[in-house]
Amino acid sequence: MTAIRKERQGQDMALTAGIVALIVVFSLLPMVRLLQEIILPGGRFSLDIIRLGLIDETTWRATWNTLVVGLGGTLFALVLGVAVAILVSMSNVRQRQAFVLCFVTPLMIAPQVTALAWLQLFGPSSPLLNMLGMAPPLGTRNPLYSPEGIVFLLGIQYAPLVFLIVRAGMRKLPRELVEAAQSSGAGWVRVLGTIILPLMTPSIVGAAALTFVSCVGNFGIPAFLGIPANYLVLPTLIYQRLAGGGPAVLSEVAFLSVLIGVIAMIGIVMQDRIASRRDFRITSTSLPAAPYQLGVWRLPVEFGMWALIALILVLPLVGLILTSLVRGYGVTLTAETATLENYYFVIFQHAAASRAFLNSLYLSAGASIFAVFVAIPLGYVIAWGNKRWIKALNLAIELPYALPGVVLAIASLLLFLKPMPITGIQIYNTVWIILYAYLARFLILAVRPTITGYFQLDRALEEAARVAGAGLFMRMRTIIFPLIAPAAIAGGLLIFMTALCELTVSALLWSSGSETIGVVIFSFEQGGDSKYAAAVSAIMVATTFLLMLLASLFANKLPDGVLPWRD
Amino acid sequence: MAGLSINNVTKAFGETKALDDVSIDVADGEFLAVLGPSGCGKTTLLRMIAGFETVTGGNIRIGDREVSSAEANTPPEKRRVGIVFQNYALWPHMTVSENIGYALKVARVSKTEREERVGNALALVNMEQYGDRRPANLSGGQRQRVALARCLVAEPRLVLFDEPLANLDVHLRASMEDEFADFHKRTGTTILYITHDQAEAMALADRIAVMDHGRLMQLATPRELYHEPANEMVASFISQGMVLPADVETEEADGQCRVRVLGQELVVRCRKGEKPRKDARICCRASQIESVGASQPGFEGTITRAVYRGGSARVEFEPAVASHLGLHFDQLDPVSFEAGQRARLAITSGWLIPADGAA
Ligand SMILES: Nc1ncnc2c1ncn2[C@@H]1O[C@H](COP(=O)(O)OP(=O)(O)O)[C@@H](O)[C@H]1O
Ligand SMILES: [Mg+2]
Repeated sequence: MTAIRKERQGQDMALTAGIVALIVVFSLLPMVRLLQEIILPGGRFSLDIIRLGLIDETTWRATWNTLVVGLGGTLFALVLGVAVAILVSMSNVRQRQAFVLCFVTPLMIAPQVTALAWLQLFGPSSPLLNMLGMAPPLGTRNPLYSPEGIVFLLGIQYAPLVFLIVRAGMRKLPRELVEAAQSSGAGWVRVLGTIILPLMTPSIVGAAALTFVSCVGNFGIPAFLGIPANYLVLPTLIYQRLAGGGPAVLSEVAFLSVLIGVIAMIGIVMQDRIASRRDFRITSTSLPAAPYQLGVWRLPVEFGMWALIALILVLPLVGLILTSLVRGYGVTLTAETATLENYYFVIFQHAAASRAFLNSLYLSAGASIFAVFVAIPLGYVIAWGNKRWIKALNLAIELPYALPGVVLAIASLLLFLKPMPITGIQIYNTVWIILYAYLARFLILAVRPTITGYFQLDRALEEAARVAGAGLFMRMRTIIFPLIAPAAIAGGLLIFMTALCELTVSALLWSSGSETIGVVIFSFEQGGDSKYAAAVSAIMVATTFLLMLLASLFANKLPDGVLPWRD
Repeated sequence: MAGLSINNVTKAFGETKALDDVSIDVADGEFLAVLGPSGCGKTTLLRMIAGFETVTGGNIRIGDREVSSAEANTPPEKRRVGIVFQNYALWPHMTVSENIGYALKVARVSKTEREERVGNALALVNMEQYGDRRPANLSGGQRQRVALARCLVAEPRLVLFDEPLANLDVHLRASMEDEFADFHKRTGTTILYITHDQAEAMALADRIAVMDHGRLMQLATPRELYHEPANEMVASFISQGMVLPADVETEEADGQCRVRVLGQELVVRCRKGEKPRKDARICCRASQIESVGASQPGFEGTITRAVYRGGSARVEFEPAVASHLGLHFDQLDPVSFEAGQRARLAITSGWLIPADGAA
């Protein structure tokens, strides 16, 4: 009897211990190390680093710039995302599925690829403008090399994020609330202003906070658009400092990364304050409201929506592909001059690039497989467990993703600069430090859909296995894993897609031999080889589309809302 | 097979007590139904017996082993109880045979023996030809049978049913009821069957435990519940019994005593040792009320409603002396009563509800 109890407790304890260890290693340790660096450098309490950071004028300029593009990008993304969400959710436009797919796709494309694509669209060497004979004269500055350009691209990059959150909120809006207002004589504009938008406040504020954090932490767009204009934000400032000074400036950039973390946190806290100020809870559940009949306006509105898709998705991709076919700088692209040489070069001839394809492949595969296998037991404990403190630790897993990637990258550097204690293993300057950072950062992307999966699964299925005599590990293997795997794998796929072109973390952690695709695109562009950068990017966009297609194939086995681009 | 004994079990969820001092003994091989309105704590009781919930106080024994107490709790996988869940809980990723054979696989039963026992279990529920199907391709009744076979295959000491028929349509319910009864007769398994449907409980169970607000109201055979309810809750819950105020005028003799109800004197059945008392209650059934002539003993009142139901009418009535008490009875064709009409009724017999209310 006691032996039996011990055996069961053993499995329970093993699970708990494993999860605690995981959270400590991948979340608490890096964060604690980062804080230690700035307030307890070398083990002694000192505020020197903070003081030095604060009197530095570039710090303030970069902070100001960060806030400007962060707020600007958020505002733009909000306007665009909410407007599209209202049109898609509340009106009778057609081809919704296809439109949502196209509108959300930019979110799946890495920011630096977006930036590159847009850069190729404007500017004097734009193949498209050249073909149309509309290119500005050589030597003209690309108009995107500016704060406005950064805000514009951040807005386009994250409008889908706003859209997804607000759309999910609108789906839950019971039609009675809208119909009650209509029967009180309110027209659609008034219903929108007095009922729908106010009720959507929590979604909109939540979306705003998430977008703000993403904009503030974004590296790819300000790196491509801001560095040439010498317009630095905190992530790019950190990158430049570290690229120039190496490990010697680690303390300094640690302070800067904590500063970004603090800015991001302020965004999250403000959201919490606003959302809790009033009660917006919607209690009833019912069918969604009847769509507003656009009447004669339907066709023009639909035309406008698809024009938007052409502008934010098709045009930049066309620009990207055209650039990847160009022979050289200044050569006008025609049917005769078009070439696939650039693709050949990056895949077969350029050592770092071909290495990077493999590195990124291994890294993202490693991160996603690890995450899938960890997410299932972790989700089990969080969704079905009864231990309160583990739920609190759930926040700890969110942290490395909620905070900008730069923060985690710097923390990883600090953690692994010296060889690891006891084992003496050195992962600094190898691909393993990037893997560590990816595991920590992206784990939550698999945990979230897995938890959704658990909540949609009838717990009696597990209980039936318990009464059949199955212990914890047996149940995990034979019942829970097969049932929850699709959701976890969908999460893994999201991780794979995100990690494949990741730049923010790897830009700070890469070394010769451990380049990633993101880094290679960035280096090509910085070295003026846009055509190679475009070729690599085009390959990655194609890969992304393929993966989205693949995931959609088994979409009917997934819990609702796991694949963001499926409406 | 084993008996089950639940001793003074209490379960608190925070402040609220879902179960309060419940004691039930189920004999080996008995079919016991737990009956009560929704939210009275039936599922909680079942989950504690299965081991999914811990007890706050008291203990539970299966056979001669204590499985739950405030100090220790044997995990569900070690209790050897079978459960038939309300929504079946069949694993969608396994075939019917795999579902049924799961417990045997867990217990490392050899493949040949496993196949044989799964075959037997399938035969027991008349599902031989469905072994390779997936649960999704079965009808509701078939799923129910698979769930039954799955819980039987491991030869549990005790089988628990949580409202197993609630999700089925009326016709299927009747036939599954027969199957359960039949199955119990054949296997002699100890069964604890939870339901909120009294017809189901009456039809199936040897004894019924009636629960309300987390307390055990009465544990008795279906007949006893109907004829001799232990308290007002049981009296009114079972078959819509009417509870009427009465004064007991004589001592019990031969299981009967004389009472005065609504001004009418009559003889009702009662427990041994009843003494004359005021403010007592009797329980009477619709069949124990009839209309009488003006000279006979009885009481006056007004008909408030008469609903014709084919062959007879359900007549509702307000006595003149106590208009808040609604009585109802059936009048066979030819139905003559109409709403608003005056009438004189008499109670022919009834049951004196014991003063202490204990089961
Ligand atoms: N896990 C729980 N936490 C808090 N309260 C619960 C929990 N489970 C059941 N209850 C409460 O206990 C009472 C009895 O519930 P239940 O056993 O499900 O009733 P029944 O099955 O008879 O309808 C209800 O009031 C219910 O709200
Ligand atoms: Mg219940």
